[in-house]
Amino acid sequence: MSRDRASRHLPVVVTILIALALMMVPLPRGVDVFRPDWVAVLMIFWAFSLPRSYSVGVAFLLGIVIDVAQGTLLGQHALALVAVVYLTVKFHLLMRVFPLLQLMATVFALLALYQFLLFWVNGISNVSAPSVTYWGPVVSGTLLWPILFSFLNGLRYRVQSRV
Amino acid sequence: MAATRNNSSNPARIPALGFRALALIVLAIALMVLDHRDKHLDSVRDTIGIALYPLQLVVDGPARFRDWAGERLRSRFSLQEENEQLRREQQVVRARLLTSNALQAENARLREMLDARVKVKDEVRVAEIMAVDANPFRHSLVLDVGKGDGAYEGQAIVDQVGVVGQVIEVGLMTSEALLISDPGHALPVEVNRNGLRTIAYGTGEFGRLELPGLANNADIREGDLLVTSGLGGAFPAGYPVAIVSSVNRLPQQAFADVSAKPVAALDQVREIMLVWSAPGESADAESTPAAAAESEHE
Repeated sequence: MSRDRASRHLPVVVTILIALALMMVPLPRGVDVFRPDWVAVLMIFWAFSLPRSYSVGVAFLLGIVIDVAQGTLLGQHALALVAVVYLTVKFHLLMRVFPLLQLMATVFALLALYQFLLFWVNGISNVSAPSVTYWGPVVSGTLLWPILFSFLNGLRYRVQSRV
Repeated sequence: MAATRNNSSNPARIPALGFRALALIVLAIALMVLDHRDKHLDSVRDTIGIALYPLQLVVDGPARFRDWAGERLRSRFSLQEENEQLRREQQVVRARLLTSNALQAENARLREMLDARVKVKDEVRVAEIMAVDANPFRHSLVLDVGKGDGAYEGQAIVDQVGVVGQVIEVGLMTSEALLISDPGHALPVEVNRNGLRTIAYGTGEFGRLELPGLANNADIREGDLLVTSGLGGAFPAGYPVAIVSSVNRLPQQAFADVSAKPVAALDQVREIMLVWSAPGESADAESTPAAAAESEHE
């Protein structure tokens, strides 16, 4: 039973580890402002497809890990990620019937909310941030969605078929 | 209708989702307040930081391998050339060191005469920058030294030519440093030529610092070297910081618009040096360099 559970969670854990690594990989200046929020996009996907297993609790823990990795205020990313994942889980049935473009628009809105919450906490805690480039990850994350979606869907069916 | 069904057979209902989300958001806010007010959560950071360390090593791996391979695969010719160059450089440096030793002795003698506090020689250790992007919205670096190596918060970081930044967070095995070009960084400096004191602020660009606190008639010119003044306690005095690149005096304004170019190549460094301003400083992070120097003197 427990081995079954472990193998069921394995794809998710591996993708999350990869996302965390991609978050830390150094990128050349200029490109790095368009680095997608890998973890946020990934959490939206898993919350969207497996909302019973990956919901706000996982989002919170992952947010704390990001906060430590990036040296931000402890709880900042946790707050943003919990809010975004909450909305995703809440509306996942609705999102499942969306056509791709509408889904991308939803992801855009979710990522914008994520980035805004981070921005807001930064503002309160007096951490200055660059202006326009700050929203780069929202755009790149949205553009990333269709690719990630088709790739991870294969994984997802493997995960679900074992339930 | 949905409520009467068994929960597990109905994928639409996630039990108590709203309540859990709310509780976690409240918890996150509480954590932020605690973390912002004081440093109660350092142990939490340390624990998770250790778990993240392998991941950081993996991310850093390719860059490390590239450096290693680059060293191995150099041609004999380029090695010879570099060797030659280093030898020449060493000769120059050695010659300079001769006079430097004499000057240092003279300086100490003069200070003794003036009964001034002897400047403690700084202890320096090389650290390596890990190829890990920490915070996308700050100019920061991850270093491969931590508490075990005696790094402490507020410690100065320099490279071969000048000041790079300071340590802002110390983990067990890694630490995070803030560059002087970060918009949130301010560094007390003085003009080397005449001792004029001011503060250099980061701008968010690697190649530019701002000196907003200089009056319009201040004696500062393009090409002036700015060195750390040692005021403020974090940085030892006398390290080169930047060269004044432009001075704009607008008659209708009280302050001149001065910017300077950091001498250290902030976006290119791979190896940097941590500076312990005074012996024993690393053991007691709370004491200011001045206080440490004081106790050293007694």
